[in-house]
Amino acid sequence: MATTTPTAAPETLVGFYREMALIRAFELRAAEMYAKARIGGYCHLNLGEEATVVGLVAALEPRDYLFTTYREHGFALARGIGAGQVMAELFGKATGCSGGWGGSMHLFDAGLRFMGGYGIVGGQIPLATGAALAIAYRSEAGPAAEAVMCVLGDGATNIGAFHESLNLAAIWHLPVVYAIVNNRLGMGTPVQAASGEPELYKRGCSYRIEGVRVDGNDPVAVREAAAAALAAARAERRPSIVEALCWRLRGHSVVDPARYRTPEEVEEAKRADPLLALRSRLVEAGTLDEDAASDIEALAGQEVDQAVAFAEESPFPDPKTLFDNVYATAVANMAQARPGDPVLGPFTEGR
Amino acid sequence: MAELTYRQALHDALRAEMLADESVFLMGEEIGLFEGSYKITAGLLAEFGPRRVRDTPISEEGFVGAAIGAAMLGLRPVVEVMTINFSLLAIDQIVNHAAKVRSMFGGQVSVPLVIRTPGGGGQQLGASHSQNIEVYYAHCPGLKVVAPATPADAKGLLSAAVHDDDPVMFVENLALYNTKGEVPEGPYTTEIGRAAVVKEGSDVTVVAYSRATLAALEVARQLEQDEGISVEVVDLRSLRPLDRETVCASVRKTTRAVVAEDDWLSYGVGAEVAATVQEGAFDYLDAPVLRVAAAEVPLPYSKPLETAAMPATSDLARAVRRTLDESAYTK
Repeated sequence: MATTTPTAAPETLVGFYREMALIRAFELRAAEMYAKARIGGYCHLNLGEEATVVGLVAALEPRDYLFTTYREHGFALARGIGAGQVMAELFGKATGCSGGWGGSMHLFDAGLRFMGGYGIVGGQIPLATGAALAIAYRSEAGPAAEAVMCVLGDGATNIGAFHESLNLAAIWHLPVVYAIVNNRLGMGTPVQAASGEPELYKRGCSYRIEGVRVDGNDPVAVREAAAAALAAARAERRPSIVEALCWRLRGHSVVDPARYRTPEEVEEAKRADPLLALRSRLVEAGTLDEDAASDIEALAGQEVDQAVAFAEESPFPDPKTLFDNVYATAVANMAQARPGDPVLGPFTEGR
Repeated sequence: MAELTYRQALHDALRAEMLADESVFLMGEEIGLFEGSYKITAGLLAEFGPRRVRDTPISEEGFVGAAIGAAMLGLRPVVEVMTINFSLLAIDQIVNHAAKVRSMFGGQVSVPLVIRTPGGGGQQLGASHSQNIEVYYAHCPGLKVVAPATPADAKGLLSAAVHDDDPVMFVENLALYNTKGEVPEGPYTTEIGRAAVVKEGSDVTVVAYSRATLAALEVARQLEQDEGISVEVVDLRSLRPLDRETVCASVRKTTRAVVAEDDWLSYGVGAEVAATVQEGAFDYLDAPVLRVAAAEVPLPYSKPLETAAMPATSDLARAVRRTLDESAYTK
């Protein structure tokens, strides 16, 4: 891990602070809306991971493709999907960024090249690798080339698809960065209990894929590591790993009280809170005074208020659209029977 | 029209689609240098080069998933999975991803992907290499599943599958590769989702697909010649979507139906077709709908056991006769 704290221009740091404050406010409200049953299903939050999320996304260019996990609200916001569209998706509304079809785990925005959250642990890893294959198929390497960032959690480094994908990326020289968000817990299992090599940035060594570990609580360090990895992907078609070490401030999902964590560990995570750390950094450097920092948080809160209002007011998808998105190409005899309907349509004529 | 093997028809369709569209490329184990385990891709590496004929390591989940990801960016990969048995290693990517990313993301992205893969027993390959598990995929909305029986349909459906913007499981059969048939020259497509009445008849309908269609045609000829039984044969061709109307229209005409398949009996295509027929032709039926399928055992290696487990033409003929023998099913 880098020993010196990387620096960035003051306005960049303030921008990071704004984005992190928005994610924090959004996730706290998402938990609240889940408790109020506005949000169904599962709901996994980026609380505590804001610096990692913002740093990784800041390294991307608009032309790049981003694949993420089911813990991706923050990534969607940082990539530029409106807070209202994300909240509306959590509410299952037609105005959501996936039209209400995806929910918390399946956010998507084709225009922003935000290529999805994925509910199956590591399911996105082969897909992201294939997106990098498409880039390599269509275009030459170079500093202006497109690249792919594949975000995955620490737990996903133990699945077969991770290893198969890294091997493909290595032998085919694909422009992809595997960004491991190591929040130290796969659901409730500590990384060292789940991974034979708990220093996850080393897990590409079987494929000669290099990795770096960065302090995931420092958005600048994360951005710099990711930018360097993306540069190698673009110009040299060299895939690599960036491991960002961070903390999850809450349970695995909204409903998980996380009783498996020791009080000491929870305290350590709270002390490391990246939002507080960046705020202190900005105030100590004189970039912001306390009032200005509080204003940024208040503005984030207002944006989330508006997002909730938008989600509340938005319509649910019309059940008449049930079959609209399943296939792209209409062919003969596509079954569109609702439950209880005759599969052949009304058939009353007897012999 | 030229008489071609099923293998050659597949090869010709792949080559034509690659010539027609730069975004079409092939991926799979041993498809390039080795020219394909079953030689469907013979000569294509030499003609198109390694960018468009991509040999993969043995990692079905990885390369099928990568093909899905490439398709999400607009390429049109045609993946060869060496046999359908190995597709199980990639089933998470096929069922949880290829089939779902379009609807799950509100229709914002498509997966124009073809997965070609042969199934089928009878080659003494043992239990893990002899399965017909297309029904696993036919069960799943978001996928299209085709299983052509003839060289002409193999070419037409493969072209249709490549042009289609959805993921298509293209199910071949080891026993069909050397079969021959008339194949139209030049480009054409066979519509996905349409069954075909491949032989007309008036006494009983046999519904089949893939290799079982050839068995059905053989049985139909035999029974007509030897016993005067007029059998109509419906070749499903597509398993998803399933052309229920063509099946029911035939049964309304003949009043009897037998479903022939090489897969296991329970929960299979035969069960789906039988349920469809009783719903769509209930008043017309003069006999129970029968199913002829494989015995429900993992397919054994030893030839007499393998033969005993697989449906034979004599088994199908017996079932057809039974639908015509009232004493066999009335009290």
